Amino acid sequence: MDPTYISAFVTSIQNVFSTMFQLPVEIGEPSIKTDRAMTHDVSGIIGVSGSMVGTIVLSMPSETASSVVSLFTGMEMETDSADFADAVGEIVNMISGGAKASFQRKDVSISCPSVVIGSGHIVSSQSGTPCVLIPCTTDCGEVVIEVSLREAVEESSTVSTAA
Amino acid sequence: MRILLIDDSKTMRNIQKSILKQLGYTEIEEACDGQDALSKVGAFKPDLCLVDWNMPVMDGLTFVKNFRQSDKTTPLIMVTTEAEKSRVIDAIKAGVNNYVVKPFTPDLLSERITETLAKCGVAG
Repeated sequence: MDPTYISAFVTSIQNVFSTMFQLPVEIGEPSIKTDRAMTHDVSGIIGVSGSMVGTIVLSMPSETASSVVSLFTGMEMETDSADFADAVGEIVNMISGGAKASFQRKDVSISCPSVVIGSGHIVSSQSGTPCVLIPCTTDCGEVVIEVSLREAVEESSTVSTAA
Repeated sequence: MRILLIDDSKTMRNIQKSILKQLGYTEIEEACDGQDALSKVGAFKPDLCLVDWNMPVMDGLTFVKNFRQSDKTTPLIMVTTEAEKSRVIDAIKAGVNNYVVKPFTPDLLSERITETLAKCGVAG
């Protein structure tokens, strides 16, 4: 995976967290995710299509997610509420959109976000596509971005509209 | 001043609504996608729309194209994570009057709203 893609996500999460939550983000050493490694309790997931395909996951322990969502919305929310999932989805949407803008490629689209909440869940990336974990530390706790992207092969390249 | 907020994220609509209320705008209607918005513009008659791009059912760009077929003047501001220059150009060609990239600060959104209303000759 092109290392500039990882830099794009680092810059984007720092921008989103500082602009929306006034929260500095310290970036740790990126690593390759091993197969079937568990994510944290709360995962916001975005699909990527077009000339690049893959997934972007923002994963946080539920305590961290609660604190971040509280800063974002200005209110406390139950982690099993639809509004909580909506807020997590919007955060991963902003991070992904910001990173995508730095790819300098016209034909990459991102999906509307999905959010999975529950301990012990696993988000698998497409077989054969490496997944890079970017660990981040904030005053609200640990956050991880999982970036699993590859160039699309022509026959599977489906350019979706920017929905 | 009637303002229509079009965004599939309730969180984002609430944030924008809070900024609009601080600016003194209280007549606010919400729509969760482009189709929902098209069904509401007739009765609500907005003076300004803030439109997200990435939405299910009908995206913001399709909404703008549809809306502009019958309304050439109501100011539209795209508020989106789509930050590429090509997207901005597509949106302007479709008929948006201004563009705000998420994440945004309350000050930035306020400035863009004020600027857009002034440019379009709408009394705020």
